[in-house]
Amino acid sequence: MSPSLPDQTPAPPRWNRLRMIENPALRYGLLCLGVVYIIWSIGVLEINWHRISTGIPRAGNMFVRMVPPDFTRWSLLVKGVLESVQMALAASFFGMLLAIPLGICGAVNLVPKPVYFVARTLIILSRTFHEIIIAIFFVKIFGFGPLAGVLTLIVASTSFISKMIAEDIENMTPGQLEAIRATGASFPQLLLYCISPNVLPRFLGVSIYRLDANVRHSTVVGIVGAGGIGQVLAATFSRYDYDFSLAILMAIVSLVFLGEFFSSWVRGYLR
Amino acid sequence: MTVTEHAKKYPQVWRRFSPRTTLIHYAWYLGIVAVAVWSVSNLDLPWGYFLDAHVQAMDLATRMFPPDLEFWDTLAAPLLETIHIATLGTIVTCAIAFPIAFLAARNTTFNTATWFVGRFILVTSRSVNTVVWGLFFVAIFGPGPLAGIWAIAFRSIGFMGKLVAEAIEEIDEGVVEAIEATGASRLQVLTYGILPQVLPVIYGTAVYRWDINIRESTVLGFVGAGGIGILLYSSINQFQWREVSLILCSVFGVVLVSEFVSAMVRQRIS
Amino acid sequence: MLTISNLQKVYPNGTKALNSISFTVDQPQVIAIIGPSGAGKSTLIRCINRLVEPSAGQIMLDDVNIASLGRRDLRKARRRMGMIFQEYNLVDRLTVMENLLSGRLGYVSFWRAWRRNFPPDDVRAAFKLLERVGLEGYQDTRADALSGGQRQRVGIARALMQAPDLLLVDEPTASLDPKTSRQIMRLLVELVEEQGTPALVNIHDVALAQTFSDRIIGLRKGEIVFEGTSQDVTEDVLTDIYGEEDWSLTIRKANGEDRGDDQTQGKNNGYLREAATG
Repeated sequence: MSPSLPDQTPAPPRWNRLRMIENPALRYGLLCLGVVYIIWSIGVLEINWHRISTGIPRAGNMFVRMVPPDFTRWSLLVKGVLESVQMALAASFFGMLLAIPLGICGAVNLVPKPVYFVARTLIILSRTFHEIIIAIFFVKIFGFGPLAGVLTLIVASTSFISKMIAEDIENMTPGQLEAIRATGASFPQLLLYCISPNVLPRFLGVSIYRLDANVRHSTVVGIVGAGGIGQVLAATFSRYDYDFSLAILMAIVSLVFLGEFFSSWVRGYLR
Repeated sequence: MTVTEHAKKYPQVWRRFSPRTTLIHYAWYLGIVAVAVWSVSNLDLPWGYFLDAHVQAMDLATRMFPPDLEFWDTLAAPLLETIHIATLGTIVTCAIAFPIAFLAARNTTFNTATWFVGRFILVTSRSVNTVVWGLFFVAIFGPGPLAGIWAIAFRSIGFMGKLVAEAIEEIDEGVVEAIEATGASRLQVLTYGILPQVLPVIYGTAVYRWDINIRESTVLGFVGAGGIGILLYSSINQFQWREVSLILCSVFGVVLVSEFVSAMVRQRIS
Repeated sequence: MLTISNLQKVYPNGTKALNSISFTVDQPQVIAIIGPSGAGKSTLIRCINRLVEPSAGQIMLDDVNIASLGRRDLRKARRRMGMIFQEYNLVDRLTVMENLLSGRLGYVSFWRAWRRNFPPDDVRAAFKLLERVGLEGYQDTRADALSGGQRQRVGIARALMQAPDLLLVDEPTASLDPKTSRQIMRLLVELVEEQGTPALVNIHDVALAQTFSDRIIGLRKGEIVFEGTSQDVTEDVLTDIYGEEDWSLTIRKANGEDRGDDQTQGKNNGYLREAATG
C-alpha cells in the first residue's frame, strides 16, 4: 500500500487500491518508460500521416462498396470454402497420426536423450514460425494450390498436438511406467497399456480443438497462394471487389462459428 | 477340486466393451478414415511432387547455408518495426478491449442490448484472422506499419476482451457491494471495486497476447502491413535464400525471446 | 531360486546405494528387508528386475544371470518376477480386469493385447484371483474408483497373474492405514504359502516385518548388517541397523499370534500353472 494514498482518494470510500507494483518509484518509472517508448516507436515507424488522413474517407468509400455483399459468384465461394474445409480435415487427420510418434519421441522419460532432443527441436522450430511463413516455403517447393496449404496445416497441427502429448507423458506418475515394465511388457505394449489410457482423452480433445483451429487457419494460408478460400479473398482485395470480399468474410465467419460449434459438441460427447 | 469345476465357475471370456459399443467405435474409426480419404481425394493433390520433394528440400537447404550476415544492416530496422507493431498494437488493444469487456460482462453491462453489442464485437474480432484484418487496414490506410498496428489490435480485442470479461464476471461481489453502499458513483465503483480485482488478469493477458502478436506481426508484411514480413517476402521472391535464412534465424530468436519474457512476466504477476 | 552375489549400485551422481550385497532365497517364504530410509531397500528390489541398472554383481534367478541379460531376454526374465508397489501403480484409467490382465502382457502379442483378447486360461485365472483377493465383481470398475486397500489388492493380483517365481514387494503398506496394512500383509503371506512363491518385501515397519515374515534382512548404508529370523531381532540388532534408540517397545515377541493363518501348507503352485496344466 502506498503511504501517500489517502490524500489522493476521494472522500467517502477509503479503499486501498491494490497495486501491482508496491514501490511507487518503480511504478512511475515504468510508466514513464512506457510513455517514452510509445513516443519513440511511433517516431521510428515512419507513418505517412497524409496517406492516413485520406484513409478515413477511403474507409467510408470502401464500406459503401462492400454493402450489400455480392453472392452472385456463389459457386466460386462454395468451392473455396469446401477446399478450406477439406484442407482442414485432411491436415487434422495426418497431424493426429504424425503427432503420436513425434509426441512419444518428445517425452524425456520414454526415449533416449538424442531422440528427445531431435523431436523437441522439430516441435519448437515448427511452433516458432507462423503458419504463413511455413506456407510460403511449401508454395515455393510444391507450387501454388492446396497441397502447400495442407502440408502447412499438417506441420502446425503435428507440432501443436505432439507438444501436448509429450507434456502429458512427462507429467505421468513414473510408477505406472515402472509397473507395466516390470511385467515384462514390450515397448509397444507399454504404449498400449500405460501411455495411451493416460493420454488418450486429452489427445482427442486437443485434436478436435486443432480441427477447429485448422478451419480458421485454412482461411488464411491461401493469402500466400496455398489454396482454400483465403486465396479467393486475397484476389478480391487486390481487384477491389469489396462486395465479394464481404460475402467471403461472412462465409469465413460463419464457417469459423460452425467449426467452434462442432468442436464443442464433439468435446461434450467425448466427456 | 477338478478343473471342470473351475471352468464352470470362472468365465473364460471377458470383453472390455459390449459388442454394440465395439461396433460404434469401429464406426467412428471408419467415419474418420472416410472423411480423410474424401478430403484428400477431392483436393486433387499433385502426388508427383513428393517424388523429388527431398531433393528440392536439400537443394533449398544448401542454398540457404550459410546465412548472409551482411544482410543484417538491412534487416535490423524492419525487425525492430515488427516488435513495435506488436507492442503498440497490444497497447491499443488494452485501451479498446477494456471498455468493451465491461460491456460484455453480465454484471457490469448496462442492459441486454449493450451486452449483446459487446459480445458481438468480441466474436467478430476473434473470427477474423490478423492477416485478413491486415488486408482490410492496408486497403484503408495504405501499406505500412499503421495498418499492421490496427490489424494486431483488432484481432487482439476479441482475445483480451473475452478473457477480461470472464474475469469481471468472476470478481468478488462483496467488495463491489461494500463500495456501492458508501454511495459511490458508477465510475468510482468501477475504479475502486472492479478494476483492482481484474488488473492482474488484464496485465497477464496483455503480456500473453503480446507474445502471440510478435509471432503474428512477423507475417503482416506479406499483405503489406509492415514489419519483417515485407523483407522476407521480397527475399524469397528474389531467390535470395541466404538472406532468407538470416531472416528466419532472427525471427526465431525474437519469437523465442518474447516467449521467454512473456512467461517470466506472467510468472511474476501471478 | 534367487542368488544375489556382490551386487553393487553406484548412481551417476556418485551415491553408493548398494555395496556388495549377497544373499540367497531358496524356499517359498516371506523375506522382509528392513532398514532406515536411504539404506538402499528400494534400490535393491529394483535392481533385481533391473528397473534400476545394477553397477556390478550377479543376480541369478535359477540359472539365469539377470544382470547380464539383453533387452529381449530381460523382458522374458521380468515375466517371472511379479512386482508390488507402495503407490499400487495401477493404470488409473483402465478397469480392474485390464490391470490384472496387464500382468500377462509378457505372454501375449501386441494385437491380442490391443483387442483385449487374452487367452481363456488367463481370463479364468484373473477372475479366480479377483475372487481370492476379495474383489469379486469388480472387474469392470475403473482402478481410480477403488480405495487404497482395494487398489493394493489389485496390485497383488496383477503381480500374481504373472505366475511368478519370485515376488518383489516395495513398501506394500506404507500408503495404507494400520488395519488395512495388516490385512494386506496377511493376504500376502497367505498367497506366498498357497502359491509357493517366495517374496522379498521392503518394509520400514519393524513390527509388521516381525509379525509377517519368516526371515529378515537388515540393510544399512547399502550393506547387509543383519540376517536372521524374527526372533533374532533384538534391541542390539535394531541399534545396529537404525542407530541408537530405545527399541524395547518396538520389538514384539513374534510367535505367529497375529498372522491368523491356519498354515495350509498345500503348495498348489499357483492358479495359473494349475489352470495351464489341468
